[in-house]
Amino acid sequence: MSWKRTADAVVIGGGMMGMATAYNLAKLGMKDVILLDKNTAASGATGRCAAAFRATWGGELNIILGKACIDKYERLSEELGMDIGLYQNGYLFMAYSDAQVENFKKCIELQNSLGVPSRMLSRDEALELCPGLYVEDIKGFYWHKRDGHADPMLTNFAHQEAAKREGVKIEKFTEVTGFKMTSKAVKGVCTTKGYIDTDIVINAAGAWAGRVAALAGLAIPVHGERHEIFATEPVEFNVCPTFLMSYDPDFYMQQRPHGSIIAGCGPSRYRPEAAPFNDAEMGDCWNFLEYLTGIMTHVLPRTKGIRVVRQWSGMYDITPDMQPVIGEADELKGFWMNVSGSRGFMFGPVAGEMVAEQIVLGNTSLPIEKFHWNRYARGEYLVDTAIA
Amino acid sequence: MRGCCKHDAEAMDFEKMEEDIVVCRCEEITLKEIREWIPKGYDTFDELKRLLRVGMGPCQGRGCRDIILREISRMTGVPVAEIPSGTIRPPVKPIKCCLTARDGGDFK
Repeated sequence: MSWKRTADAVVIGGGMMGMATAYNLAKLGMKDVILLDKNTAASGATGRCAAAFRATWGGELNIILGKACIDKYERLSEELGMDIGLYQNGYLFMAYSDAQVENFKKCIELQNSLGVPSRMLSRDEALELCPGLYVEDIKGFYWHKRDGHADPMLTNFAHQEAAKREGVKIEKFTEVTGFKMTSKAVKGVCTTKGYIDTDIVINAAGAWAGRVAALAGLAIPVHGERHEIFATEPVEFNVCPTFLMSYDPDFYMQQRPHGSIIAGCGPSRYRPEAAPFNDAEMGDCWNFLEYLTGIMTHVLPRTKGIRVVRQWSGMYDITPDMQPVIGEADELKGFWMNVSGSRGFMFGPVAGEMVAEQIVLGNTSLPIEKFHWNRYARGEYLVDTAIA
Repeated sequence: MRGCCKHDAEAMDFEKMEEDIVVCRCEEITLKEIREWIPKGYDTFDELKRLLRVGMGPCQGRGCRDIILREISRMTGVPVAEIPSGTIRPPVKPIKCCLTARDGGDFK
């Protein structure tokens, strides 16, 4: 295919955040949109993630954004013309301490005030949702039915196919090497395949977005933290029919409709010696497998005889407050960030639409300005108490 | 194939018959599905894996990887050796959770 030397916008990163941005830019009428990925769509964090989305956050902005994402996810298969494997049966949050129960109650109060009908569940209700759950040491449960999961790879590819239909040009195995700039604005993108003239760049490179921004001389605090995850062989569906989540110890597990159980956790328990984490490479460790199968066989004793078929890792994009970094650089016109703060699959479809609307229409229905990273220079951090 | 010569029309439809061949037995993906997506640009093993789940089952691609790489090569004209062949992930064989579980995890 021939190399296109000019574009109205260049999107960097073919994960959920970037692909949804490119799709929505074209859908809103932008003619020449090019998307670059150093590997392929869904090769980074999106294709490696836990597949879930939720509105059950502990901060107002995240709850508003999460709720918009659920609305969006419920319509996506139809909008994109490809099945994304939607499954909604809630996150079942489990508290192993009284302090966590108190945190749940505060979260529920805030969520309810913003129109998210989450609620505490009794032990019997929790067992009805997930009959195989070991409940003896759990102090409290809460749940919100419309939270759920979808197939992240299919969702990413469904956006890719829709983007292509809208005229977006996808360049895979193409890495950004630098930018052409004036003192005030971005003018072009240099890549391993060639140069592209453009006045608008959207950096949606996830954990690598800090490094991409540095190529434009911008110091934006985003770095990587490698998390690990495994999948089991497919088994009868009711082993884990709701998304199980705990903050302390931090872990999650869920079962996709085709039967495979997916479970993961953050690195602080199985490679604490590496903290504080600033990872650049993927990698799998045996310690993780021992640790998390230990957790899973405790929480779901019926999984003892189920086999793990695959373990892998993915890169969280970490920001100073673990919240999104979205907006146009104050000091470099045309240079946009669209980084989720480690929730790219979940927030991507809405974040992509929000950024595209802001670029093409000059306004958007969500409070996009709150996510600008200039908040850090002012000493302002977004707060959410529902993050592990 | 003795005795089949009378049914030349059917025999000629070999290409179509071939399409029903199950390439990935773990996830029951046919050659037809692979052939549908390669021309749409899903021309590496990992892209087809993420799209169709080929190689995600218990055999982890042992059965289908070579067949799929050959098919990509046939359709795109790129030599097999130059096609990204996909990541091979641990464990080498499926392993029961009770064998790896550190007793109780954090719940001891």
